[in-house]
Amino acid sequence: MSRNKTLEDFAEVIRACVKCGVCQAHCPTYQVERREGAAARGKIALAAALLDGEIGLDRGLRNDITMCLMCGSCVDKCPNKVPTNEIVGAIRREVTDQQGLSLLGKGVATVLHSPNLLQTLVKGGALLSPLVFKKIPESSGLRLRFPTPVMPGRTVPELPRHNLFDRVPELCQGRPGKSMVGFFAGCAISYISPQIGEAMVAILQRMGFGVYLPRGQRCCGMPALSSGAGKLVEELSAANVAAFADQPVEYIVTACGSCNGGIGEYYRTMRADYGDFTAKVIDFSVFLQEQGLFAELAGMAKKPVRHRVSYHDPCHLKTQGITRQPRELLKSLANVDYIEMEDAASCCGLGGTFSVHHYRESQAIGARKVRGLRESGAELLATTCPGCIIQLQDTINHAGLKVRAVHILELLAEAMA
Amino acid sequence: MDTIVIEDLVAIVGADNVSTAKNDRITHSYDATQERHLPAVVVYAETAAQVSAVVRLANRYRLPVLPRGAGSGFTGGTLPIHGGIVLVLTRMDRIIDIDSDNLVAEVEPGVVTATLQREVERLGLFYPPDPASKEFSTLGGNVAECAGGPRCVKYGVTKDYVLGLEVVTPTGDIIRTGGRTLKNVVGYDLTRLFVGSEGTLGIITRIILKLLPKPAAKKTMLVQFSTIDGAAEAVSAIIGAKIIPTTLEFMDAATIDCIRGVSRVAIAADCRAILIIEVDGDAEVLDRQAEKILSIIGSFGILETRIAATDAESEEIWQVRRIVSPSLRKVNPDKFNEDIVVPRSKVPEMIRALEKIAADYRVPIVNFGHAGDGNIHVNVMVDLRQAGMSGTVEKVMDEIFRAAVGLRGSISGEHGIGTAKARYLSLELDPATIAYMRTIKTALDPNNILNPGKIFIEGRQLTAAEPVVAVS
Repeated sequence: MSRNKTLEDFAEVIRACVKCGVCQAHCPTYQVERREGAAARGKIALAAALLDGEIGLDRGLRNDITMCLMCGSCVDKCPNKVPTNEIVGAIRREVTDQQGLSLLGKGVATVLHSPNLLQTLVKGGALLSPLVFKKIPESSGLRLRFPTPVMPGRTVPELPRHNLFDRVPELCQGRPGKSMVGFFAGCAISYISPQIGEAMVAILQRMGFGVYLPRGQRCCGMPALSSGAGKLVEELSAANVAAFADQPVEYIVTACGSCNGGIGEYYRTMRADYGDFTAKVIDFSVFLQEQGLFAELAGMAKKPVRHRVSYHDPCHLKTQGITRQPRELLKSLANVDYIEMEDAASCCGLGGTFSVHHYRESQAIGARKVRGLRESGAELLATTCPGCIIQLQDTINHAGLKVRAVHILELLAEAMA
Repeated sequence: MDTIVIEDLVAIVGADNVSTAKNDRITHSYDATQERHLPAVVVYAETAAQVSAVVRLANRYRLPVLPRGAGSGFTGGTLPIHGGIVLVLTRMDRIIDIDSDNLVAEVEPGVVTATLQREVERLGLFYPPDPASKEFSTLGGNVAECAGGPRCVKYGVTKDYVLGLEVVTPTGDIIRTGGRTLKNVVGYDLTRLFVGSEGTLGIITRIILKLLPKPAAKKTMLVQFSTIDGAAEAVSAIIGAKIIPTTLEFMDAATIDCIRGVSRVAIAADCRAILIIEVDGDAEVLDRQAEKILSIIGSFGILETRIAATDAESEEIWQVRRIVSPSLRKVNPDKFNEDIVVPRSKVPEMIRALEKIAADYRVPIVNFGHAGDGNIHVNVMVDLRQAGMSGTVEKVMDEIFRAAVGLRGSISGEHGIGTAKARYLSLELDPATIAYMRTIKTALDPNNILNPGKIFIEGRQLTAAEPVVAVS
C-alpha cells in the first residue's frame, strides 16, 4: 500500500468545508487571480465533485489544481481546518498516476532520484545554464524550481563551486555530555547557499553540540510532492529516515522552512512509522531559543554600525505557528536594528514547482510584498528559507529596490564573529 | 448552451473570461449557504460597459444573470437557481480614489471590504461597516446585501455610508445615482433603492462611500454575568445613560459552554452570559467612559470584569468572540444560522422565547451577536442524519421568525432574504407591501433576468415567455 494518502482518505474532511469563503483572504493564488477556481474553497468543491464522479481529471480541473502553492495558509485560517494543501497533493498524485508526470515533473524525478547527477551538475557550475538544458531538456533537480529558459527574466544567484558536503565533515564531535544534533540541510543550502549550512554547523559546534550531517540525506521531497510524484516522495522519505538512523541524534535541525514542512509536517501525515524521526525535527530558531542562545545574544553589546533588517515569514513555518522565534532571534542580534514590515506574512510566491508553471502569477504574489518592504526602509530582508530568499531577491530586483534577501543564520554568524 | 451565445459573450469580454467548462461551473455553483446550482456559463467582467453588454445579451436570449462577488453570502444571493450566466465582478477591484478633503472614497464593486479599510486607515480615515466576512467579502456584495457588523451599534450599517452608485440596470443601461456630496435631494433616492436589493434591480459597478476620521483610540472590556437578564439589563442601562459604545456583543450560556476551555480568557464556572464592550474616541476620555460604564452596570450580577490595557489584551478579548463560530460544531454537525433583529429592549424577551423554542423542540439553540442593536445570531444546531430533523428545523425556524416579528423585530438584520428566507417574507411584510416591491421589480426588469427567484417566492419562475435559449 502507498504510504501517501489517497483522495478517498480525505472524503470526510472534504465534506467539512462549509463554503464560508474565509480561505479567499489567505490564499495567495486567489489574491492575484481573483478567481474561485484558484481559491481553496474552489479546489475543495472540485475534490468533492471528483469523489462523486461528477467530474474527471480534465484539463480545466488540472489547471485549477496547479493553482496552489501548497503553503497551508488556508488550512491555518479555516474554521474546520480542512487540509487543502494535502488534498491538492492527493489530486496531483492521481493526475500523475493516470497521466504520468508533467515534463517538468519528470525532470525533478530524474535528478532527485540521482544525488550523483545533482552533484555533478552543481560541480560543473552549470546548474542553471542553458547548456545543461541541451543535455537534460526536461529540467532538473533544484533547477526544477528555476529553469531560466522557460522563465525569462528570473534572476538567480550564482552557484558556489564547493557544496556543503565538500565543506563540512559528516560527523563533528561535541563537548562531553552534550547531545548529538542531526542537521538536515536540504538541497538549496547544500548546493546553492552552503555558507548558510556552514554557519549552522559552526553555531551548533560553538554551543558544544555534536553535529551529524549524513551524506545519505536526500531532498526533503517538497518539490516532488508539489509535482505529484508520490512514489518519489516515498523513496525520499524512506532514505532520509534511514540516513539519520546511523547516529544517536536527539534533534534533527532544519534551517529551511520548506524542508521543515517536508520532513516534519508532511512525513507526519504519511502512513508510515516515522514518528521517532518526525518528533526530532525542529526549526533552528526554535531550537536555539530552547537552548538559551537568545538570552546570551541579547547580552552582547550592540555594534555601532547595524543593519536595518525586516523579516519575511516562510509559509511552512508560519502555518506551524513559528513566527515569534525568528523575530526574537533577529532582535537579539548585536548587528541588527529590527523593523517589522507590513505584509511580512504574505507568501513570496515560490511554492515548490508553482513558480515554474505559473511564473507570472508567482511574480504577482511576490510583488504584494514590495510596498511594505519599501516603506519599512529595511536594507536587508531576513528569512529562514533559502527558497524564499531566491524568490524574494528576484522580486526585489524586479522592483528596483536596494535590498538584499539574507538568511538569519548569515546575520547570526556575523554577530558572533 | 448554444454556441451563438458563447460567441457573443466572447466578443464582449474575450475568450479567457468566458467558460462553460465543468470545473468553472462547479466552482461558481455555491455560496456560504452550501446549496449548489450549476450555472450554464461563467463570465468575468472588468468594466461597466462589459457588464452592460452582457445584460443586454441576456435580455436578448432571456438568460438569468447572477452578479457574484466573493460568494460568501448566507442567503443564496448569488446562487444560479435557474442556471444562466454567473457574472463575476471580483476583478473589478480598483480603488478609484480616496478623497481626504471631502471624506469620500470611490471604488469598484470587487474591492474587498478590509482592503479599503486598511487603505483609508493609512490616511487616518475610517470606513466603519465591519461584517464578520470583511476580510474576503466585496463592497459590491456588502452594498447589495446592506451588510452590518459589530460596530454598527455606534456607526450604522452599509446604507449609511453609500453616497452614490453607478449601476447597470436590468435592461443594460448604465445609470448614476447620488454623488460625492452628503446632501443631495435631486429626484428619487435611487441609491437607497439599490442598497440591499440583492442583485435583483441592477448590477453595481461603482460605489461612492462616505468616510469618517479614524478614532484615535479604543478600549475593550469583557464582562461576565451570572444571568442573561443581568447582561440584557446592563445593555439597556448603558444605552439609557446616553452612551453608545462602538460594539456591544453578547454571548448566551449555550455559546459560553462551547468556548469554555478553548478561550484564552478564563471563564467563571457560573458565568451565564458575556458582554464584550468596546468604546472608541479620544484617548483621554476613554478611561472615564469605561469607568462610567462599569459603574452603571455594576449592580447587574457581574462575576468578573476584564479591561484590556494593551492592543494584545484587546486582541485576547476579541479572540473569545472569534472562536465562537468554529466551536459551535461541538454541539452538533449541522448549523442553521439566522440573523434576526429585535428592538434593543426586547433582547431578553427574545432570548427567553428562543429558550422556550429550544426546549419545546428539544434542539440546541446557541445565541450570540450584536446586543447593542438587537441583532441576534441564532444558531440552531442539529444533526440532519436524525430522522425527521429537517422538518423539525423548518418548524423551529418558523417559530423563531414569528417570535422576532411579534416583538416588532425583523427576520433578517444583515444577511438578506435571497432564497433562504423567501418563504418567510410574508411573516413580516403585508401583501400590499410585497406587491409594491414586486411592481418595482417587474417594471425595471420586464424579462426577469436579474437574479430571478430571489427575495420573492412568487418570482421564482422565469418570465411567461419561454427562454429563447435552453439553459443546460
